[in-house]
Amino acid sequence: MSLGSIDWDRSRSGPLHGPPRFQFSCDTPLLVTLLLVIGLGFIVLYSALGADAGKLMRQGVRFAAAFGAFFVLAQIPPHYLRTWTPWFYTFVLGLLLLVMVNGEIGKGAQRWLNLGFVTMQPSEFMKLAVPMMVAWFMHDRSLPPRLSHLFVMAVIVLVPALMIERQPDLGTALLVVASGGLTILLAGLSVRILAVLGLIGVCAAPLHWVFAMSDYQKARVLTFLNPESDPLGAGYNGIQAKIAIGSGGLFGKGWLNGTQAHLEFLPERSTDFVFAVMAEEFGLLGLLLLLTLYLILVGRGLYIAAQAQDTFTRLLAGTLSLTFFVYVFVNTAMVCGLLPVVGVPLPLVSAGGTSMVTLMAGFGMLAAIGGHRKLLAP
Amino acid sequence: MRAKQRQVSYARSRWRSMLLLLTIGAAAIALEARVLYVQLVEHDFLQAQGDDRHIRTVQMAAHRGPIVDRRGELLAVSTPVDSIWANPQEFRPALNRITELAAVLDLNVDALTRRITSNTSREFVYLSRHLSPSDAAAVLELQLPGVYSQREYRRYYPAGEVAGHVVGFTDIDDIGQEGLELAFDYWMRGETGSKRVLRDRLGRLIGDVDLIRAPRDGSTLRTSIDLRLQYHAYRELKRAVTENAARSGSVVILDPHTGEVLAMVNQPTFNPNDRGQRVDAEAYRNRVVTDILEPGSAFKPFVIAAALEAGVYQPDSSVDTSPGFVQVGNETFDDPRNLGRITLTTLLARSSNVGAVKLALDLDPRDMWSTLSAFGIGRLTDVGFPGESAGVLNDAEYWRPVGQATHAFGYGLSVTPLQLARAYAAIAADGVLPALTLLADGNAGGGEQIVTPQNAQAILKMLEVVVSPEGSGFRADVENYRIAGKTGTARKSGVGGYSDERHTSVFAGIAPASDPQLVIVVIIDEPQGAAYYGGDVAAPVFSRIANGALRTLAVQPDALEQAPVTIFANAEAHR
Repeated sequence: MSLGSIDWDRSRSGPLHGPPRFQFSCDTPLLVTLLLVIGLGFIVLYSALGADAGKLMRQGVRFAAAFGAFFVLAQIPPHYLRTWTPWFYTFVLGLLLLVMVNGEIGKGAQRWLNLGFVTMQPSEFMKLAVPMMVAWFMHDRSLPPRLSHLFVMAVIVLVPALMIERQPDLGTALLVVASGGLTILLAGLSVRILAVLGLIGVCAAPLHWVFAMSDYQKARVLTFLNPESDPLGAGYNGIQAKIAIGSGGLFGKGWLNGTQAHLEFLPERSTDFVFAVMAEEFGLLGLLLLLTLYLILVGRGLYIAAQAQDTFTRLLAGTLSLTFFVYVFVNTAMVCGLLPVVGVPLPLVSAGGTSMVTLMAGFGMLAAIGGHRKLLAP
Repeated sequence: MRAKQRQVSYARSRWRSMLLLLTIGAAAIALEARVLYVQLVEHDFLQAQGDDRHIRTVQMAAHRGPIVDRRGELLAVSTPVDSIWANPQEFRPALNRITELAAVLDLNVDALTRRITSNTSREFVYLSRHLSPSDAAAVLELQLPGVYSQREYRRYYPAGEVAGHVVGFTDIDDIGQEGLELAFDYWMRGETGSKRVLRDRLGRLIGDVDLIRAPRDGSTLRTSIDLRLQYHAYRELKRAVTENAARSGSVVILDPHTGEVLAMVNQPTFNPNDRGQRVDAEAYRNRVVTDILEPGSAFKPFVIAAALEAGVYQPDSSVDTSPGFVQVGNETFDDPRNLGRITLTTLLARSSNVGAVKLALDLDPRDMWSTLSAFGIGRLTDVGFPGESAGVLNDAEYWRPVGQATHAFGYGLSVTPLQLARAYAAIAADGVLPALTLLADGNAGGGEQIVTPQNAQAILKMLEVVVSPEGSGFRADVENYRIAGKTGTARKSGVGGYSDERHTSVFAGIAPASDPQLVIVVIIDEPQGAAYYGGDVAAPVFSRIANGALRTLAVQPDALEQAPVTIFANAEAHR
């Protein structure tokens, strides 16, 4: 019982070649793919920002910070991470409380914390803190988790999620739930409990609709079901995005030639809807390239998870990879009209600081897990 | 136990990872399928939807053709201006900046606010029209939402009121309203073009996509007017009307051979550049073509022409006017004094009413009518000017002897100044009534032989005597030129019959008599001074206008009193 249920393929772990203990460490396939995605993202973003090099520079600074987080975290042995996890979780929970009391208000929501030199969105850090905390909770317990453990994990996930949902920020809240839920799932849920949870979820949805969701959130869901009902209001973003994607065709209109984006019809074109800009200018081929790179990242992450040697790292690596996929899927599906419009940026491409730093920190941890596996091997 | 549990756990993890990968795969495939569907299947539809949002068709104003005189001087020209318009719905968010807008547009803030707030259901309302392009640019620099400019053309009339009646004017939409602007609107208007342009979400113009139809600029209208003569006639007429305190006046100058109208002026007049001014309707009328008058004695040459054409009289025939009056029915017509037996020449030179009446009564009314009608009396000239009057000449059937007698000295019928000029042109051009035109398009000329050349020449000779020192029109004399012409002084009819106080003073003349180049008709209506006879009021005006016109056109003098030192005039002619 000492090995977790995510022990996918331990037999394939290769022979050990012990590198020096404090050698600079980062996962090369991961890093290369990340650079490719980010490079592609910069090209698209330049166009989405209206060919404004100044704005792109600011995004470049954020990327530098994000890469800093990546490289620092890549050097930290995972067992340190595990030790710090409860403190990190508590710290972010504290920040969320601070936001509730004293947050910056923007676009009708109270999400930001002004630190004087930079504004940040603590809910983003929760995307890392929650799966880390769940993994930490399970790392010295037997897998699959007992019902009482499940309850504790549910609290770990739901408390911050509800706080974020009240900001209100449904998108991030759902992603936090998704990341925590994925960790729990990876920890091993029985089919029965999965089914029960699913049933509860289905039952809870209408209750949530009636009691918890604010009007704009309801409008988005209704609009998703029937986008043409309010083409100038709630349905506007979705329709303009669909037009942008559709008019791109196979090869796209060419870089800097997207009319939907450059004539300002497409809203949020540098943030949540940057995928539509890419679709319009680079067409189907551009999208396939980007999606392939994303899948390579996910695959590499899952491979690292499969190679990981303790419960904490295995759970964390698996969750980080899968949540990354969820981010990609939620954003692209939203832009394509497969999901309702929720404020989720396109990972590694959308302009915006905090989510970038969080993501790269997550990849840093992945790299650390991949890189330090050999060192920790018996 | 432990091994079994591990086996179960291992099996479960297999299933779990398979499920996980399957889920990821399914999600990825769903995404790809969606993108494929939207980008390939719905591509055309969505492309069209996109185009509908940012491609607009806009009109391109065509340049209205200019009007020039026969020598190419500009009479009317279109210059580009910009009109500022607003979409009130888009503008509403910027209502707090309306004072800025009002300041730049130089409009009252309240009026401007009302203009926008009372039209909120519309998408187009003019704020200010016909601004100079630089003023319009200043407005656009405010970058207010929903405020746009539109290129238009505004008409300017360099000759101002001098050619106001002939040229007419256009309305604010550049459509001809009066004069040549109206008559030849189709010629000058051109065709509005259209093009497809790219507009962003706020409606700002980003660039051209393609041209649907290029605007076709209107054509130049080259008129027969000679601006030099027009200026000259205008100045002399204005002076005469002022000096005589007359109610109105008209001058028309024709080329008797081509039928081209060289000048056409009236008093009072208006300045077509001054759109704002409220002008008395009187001032808008081009009296030369729209107003009719009883020509009085200036009509007598045509009665003589009728008599010659009928063969009843010969150029050297004479008429006995004793005892200085003649009774027709209940009416008595008289001369100032008994002239006795006089020749037709003297009849004209002394303007004998008795002689003219006797002449007329010797003619078959139908013969007389057909000659008068042939001279164009009672018939439109078809010069193509809007609102032309045909004048009045009753059919001979309705003439009674009294009527026929009054016609003899130009009463009981009416003509426009232009008709009178055309009739004189027939005398000047060997009996050919020219087809009149206001255009210098090379189609001038042609006409109808209405009296024999011999008769026309005979009358021309008689008319020369009128301007001689012993004739009634001696004041029409022009130095170094032989002039033919006839005075007319008509008492104006009104309520209760003909007035003793209100007169129309007329002079119709031909210059030079030896080789007629110009026919000039001068009408001074209701001169208020001591003088009112055509010979006293209109004849001097004719003299001054003819003098200037002959010299301007460098017409060879035919009555030089000294040795020919007219090298300067010749130099002008060769230019």
